[in-house]
Amino acid sequence: MNMQKRLRIGVLYSRVRVEEKWIFGAMEKRGIDYERLDDRAISFDLDQPAPWLEFDAVLERSISYTSGLYALRILNAFGVPTVNTAAVAEACGDKVTTSALLARANIPQPHNVVAFTPESALEAIEKFGYPVVLKPVVGSWGRLLAKVNDRDAAEAILEHKATLGSVQHSVFYIQEFIEKPGRDIRAIIVGERILTAIYRKSEHWITNTARGGEGELCPITPEIESLCLNAAAAMGGGVLAVDLVEHPQRGLLVNEVNHTMEFHTAQPISGVDIADEIVNYVMKAAKAKEALPPLTEKTNL
Amino acid sequence: MNTVSCPECSAEITLEASTVVGEIIVCPDCGVDLEVKSLDPAAVDVAPMEQEDWGE
Repeated sequence: MNMQKRLRIGVLYSRVRVEEKWIFGAMEKRGIDYERLDDRAISFDLDQPAPWLEFDAVLERSISYTSGLYALRILNAFGVPTVNTAAVAEACGDKVTTSALLARANIPQPHNVVAFTPESALEAIEKFGYPVVLKPVVGSWGRLLAKVNDRDAAEAILEHKATLGSVQHSVFYIQEFIEKPGRDIRAIIVGERILTAIYRKSEHWITNTARGGEGELCPITPEIESLCLNAAAAMGGGVLAVDLVEHPQRGLLVNEVNHTMEFHTAQPISGVDIADEIVNYVMKAAKAKEALPPLTEKTNL
Repeated sequence: MNTVSCPECSAEITLEASTVVGEIIVCPDCGVDLEVKSLDPAAVDVAPMEQEDWGE
């Protein structure tokens, strides 16, 4: 007789995008006991973890990086396994942390410099030579990226960021501008496996599909596979999307790693049921919790 | 059949059978993003504007 307890899964979300619809669909198809947790409606009483301990695992799909990260920190502190973990979300969500971890693992990435004042940032930019790209340390969908073509523009943008932005915008993340061939590559990693990779094409220098880029299947070469798996492992592993750029001289570089990736382009193009693979991974995390003592969370840095 | 009226432009919008609460739909008339708030009865509201830390 099967005496195993039925596992209960939480899915933290903010908007039901097509990805969440696919994930909910995969949960239902597998007959999984799951609850939809709207991050705008929930609250955590830190003295009362009991309601959250009913979840054997929580899948985080928040659209707000900040809400998702804090929810993960609390859940992990309660001992609830999450996909991804708070440490992985922190590593992926902050570009400086991502770059530092990639550098530690000797993974090729664009040349980046971090500075904390407009003066030191300008000095660093001048050493780079123009053009350079300024990126906010937190943010995605290609928002607030600035391609800086000369000193006048650099001075203006640095002053604007320091004056108008939150304190976070005074962490200046400076990246070399890469003459990429009108596309980048997104690879979807679940656990130890690369599921698929697509090219994201755009005439604009920002090739994010959230900015109108189009997708096309990219053959997974051994180089792409090992680069992406190493990058995912450097972040701590889990359900991740690794974005690669093709540098004209240096070849493939890891540009970023996303921890709550969108795959509305990759799933239909590849024919891979990414949503179901994610659900399968979440169930494994939940089962692992059943077999193990409560998790303790260690940060990566 | 579930129909709602766009809070921005008053267009009549018919929700597809597969629509779920929380989903974002686009008004075919004015193009505004609408969030489905409930299905029975059907109700939509203008979706929240994008925030700085939104994304993937």
